[in-house]
Amino acid sequence: MQLNRTDLLEAYRRMKIIRDFEDFLHDEIAKGEIAGFTHLYAGQEAVAVGVCEHLSDDDKIVSTHRGHGHCLAKGCDVEGMMKEIWGSREGLCKGKGGSMHIADVDKGMLGANGIVGAGAPIAVGAALAAKLDGKGNVAIAFSGDGACNQGTTFEAMNMAVVTKAPAIFVFENNHYSEHTGFEYAVGTDKDIASRAEAFGMKVWRADGTDFSSVHDTMREVLEYVRAGNGPAAVEFDTERFYGHFEGDPQRYRGKGELDRIRAERDCIKKFRETVTEAKLLEGSDLDKIDAEVASQIEQAVAAARAADRPTAEDVLADVYIDY
Amino acid sequence: MTKMMYRDAVRNTIFQEMQRDPNVVVLGEDVVGGMGTAGGPEAIGGIWSTSGGFYEAFGPDRVIDTPISESAIVGAAGGLALSGKRPIAELMFADFIGVSLDQIWNQIAKFRYMFGGKTKCPAIIRLIYGAGYNAAAQHSQSPHAILTGMPGLKVVMPSTPADVAGMMRQAIRDDDPVIFMEHKALYGVQGEVPDDPDFVVPFGHARLTRAGQDVTILATGMMVGMAEAAADTLAEDGIGADVIDLRSTSPLDEEAILDSVEVTGRLVIVDEAPPRCSLATDLAALVANKAFASLRAPIEMVTAPHTPIPFARELESAYLPNPDKIEAAVRKALAYN
Repeated sequence: MQLNRTDLLEAYRRMKIIRDFEDFLHDEIAKGEIAGFTHLYAGQEAVAVGVCEHLSDDDKIVSTHRGHGHCLAKGCDVEGMMKEIWGSREGLCKGKGGSMHIADVDKGMLGANGIVGAGAPIAVGAALAAKLDGKGNVAIAFSGDGACNQGTTFEAMNMAVVTKAPAIFVFENNHYSEHTGFEYAVGTDKDIASRAEAFGMKVWRADGTDFSSVHDTMREVLEYVRAGNGPAAVEFDTERFYGHFEGDPQRYRGKGELDRIRAERDCIKKFRETVTEAKLLEGSDLDKIDAEVASQIEQAVAAARAADRPTAEDVLADVYIDY
Repeated sequence: MTKMMYRDAVRNTIFQEMQRDPNVVVLGEDVVGGMGTAGGPEAIGGIWSTSGGFYEAFGPDRVIDTPISESAIVGAAGGLALSGKRPIAELMFADFIGVSLDQIWNQIAKFRYMFGGKTKCPAIIRLIYGAGYNAAAQHSQSPHAILTGMPGLKVVMPSTPADVAGMMRQAIRDDDPVIFMEHKALYGVQGEVPDDPDFVVPFGHARLTRAGQDVTILATGMMVGMAEAAADTLAEDGIGADVIDLRSTSPLDEEAILDSVEVTGRLVIVDEAPPRCSLATDLAALVANKAFASLRAPIEMVTAPHTPIPFARELESAYLPNPDKIEAAVRKALAYN
């Protein structure tokens, strides 16, 4: 682990914010207060944070339907997101987008996306813009093992290679595309990165439940791409702690599977163990963050509950700038 | 004023705007043409000759020759637009919206709304559309209705070189996504184009090309010339027609349509596309709803039939509207009492 104390504390805080945000939503959605479809990111925090800790607001990311983690890691406002998920007009997208369309373009977050595989072409466009600007910025397409089967992803990978766009395809393999196993749906012998390799990209693979591994890998990837070598791809092996969507009975899980991955593959637990055993941080440092984050989420929820509701007139706003 | 062809109005306006604004970029299949060949870059300069000289003038970062990957082309235009650029993506044939529809329909059209109005997406998707080349069912269509029905998009269909120049410039300077439809059969049409480097034609303003008291004829694109030909023939019999070139279907100049029908009381709508759930039915519903009391005859629609577009010359001619069909529809409307 090459991070200093401040960076480690910050990384832990970000991961913990995502975990608490998602755990809270899991409980709350079951009560019925939140509308619509929600896909939780819990379990994959080390990927979002390990990737985004290297980025500035001028680096762009495009996310997925499971996008809360990417948004929070990229710096979207916690309270603004909670209000958005509550459907408030004070939300980050004024209640127009909800869970699947959270975006903050000023932060370089070009949107979660309800269409699996739609993000990669958009990221290539953002990468082409970065290339034109010539300041060494990059664009990252987060995709899962589901999106890796979409033709849009293939088109985007090829176009990025052909145009030498500074795009990075981050594949988060959580082993499930919706309710279907990775081993069934991905034909390339349990491997996504080899597909990117076949398109002519340099690829990396790492354990997505190990923050240090994600962070160190991304340092290499970003150095390579920022240096003007064209696109690259990374496959992170990770775990989804909840279902495809909230309400998913997860009958496809093996006996004891969830207990096992929570015991052995929890990236936050592993982070805590690693940094305390290596004496990089004290348990008390992390306990303090736990308490602060719990209170931050509590406040965000209280604010979301109290926030203004949109009105019927708001339906018509923001379709066009001028029409 | 300078006389030029419709295709040159496309090319010259984009070129001028690229000189003016370094954020304007062009992307699409063969927009450079010849990449990776013995002929080299610019061996083609765009299959429609609408991007000749761009690559040499602006280089590969602003004139992006892409693989045949329409989803990635339109998606990349979306990503460029969200990143502060003004991309102009070319789909060589409008029929290819099928393979890029998600990026048009679910992405660029909706970014602004989904993101709560906190962003803009100034992307242009150029669609080369229309029949007349015997290019058959997958290279001849006019998919304006499906796109006009998508909130968030503007859809424009210029029919003259001057309107091409004014509307292309408006589209490039516009902060909303624009579907810019260029009729391939009009590319060779000549016309006078204003020299003013800031000449724009605002969207949502129809153009009255013939004025008359007896009937209103609505048309777009290649249908405008056919409507004018019909109107000229009818004028010989003392029948006066308002011919209205809608120019943009989204936004739509409702006022121009309704004002005319209130005077004429008779309406003929000409549409190159099939008749169901179409621009023609949309306009008919508009007039029936908002100018019902002015109507003195049933609304007539001259459209393509509910069939794919056939290949053979005789079949394509039979498929398309033409001045004779328009004239007959006008006479039918006038005969109604």
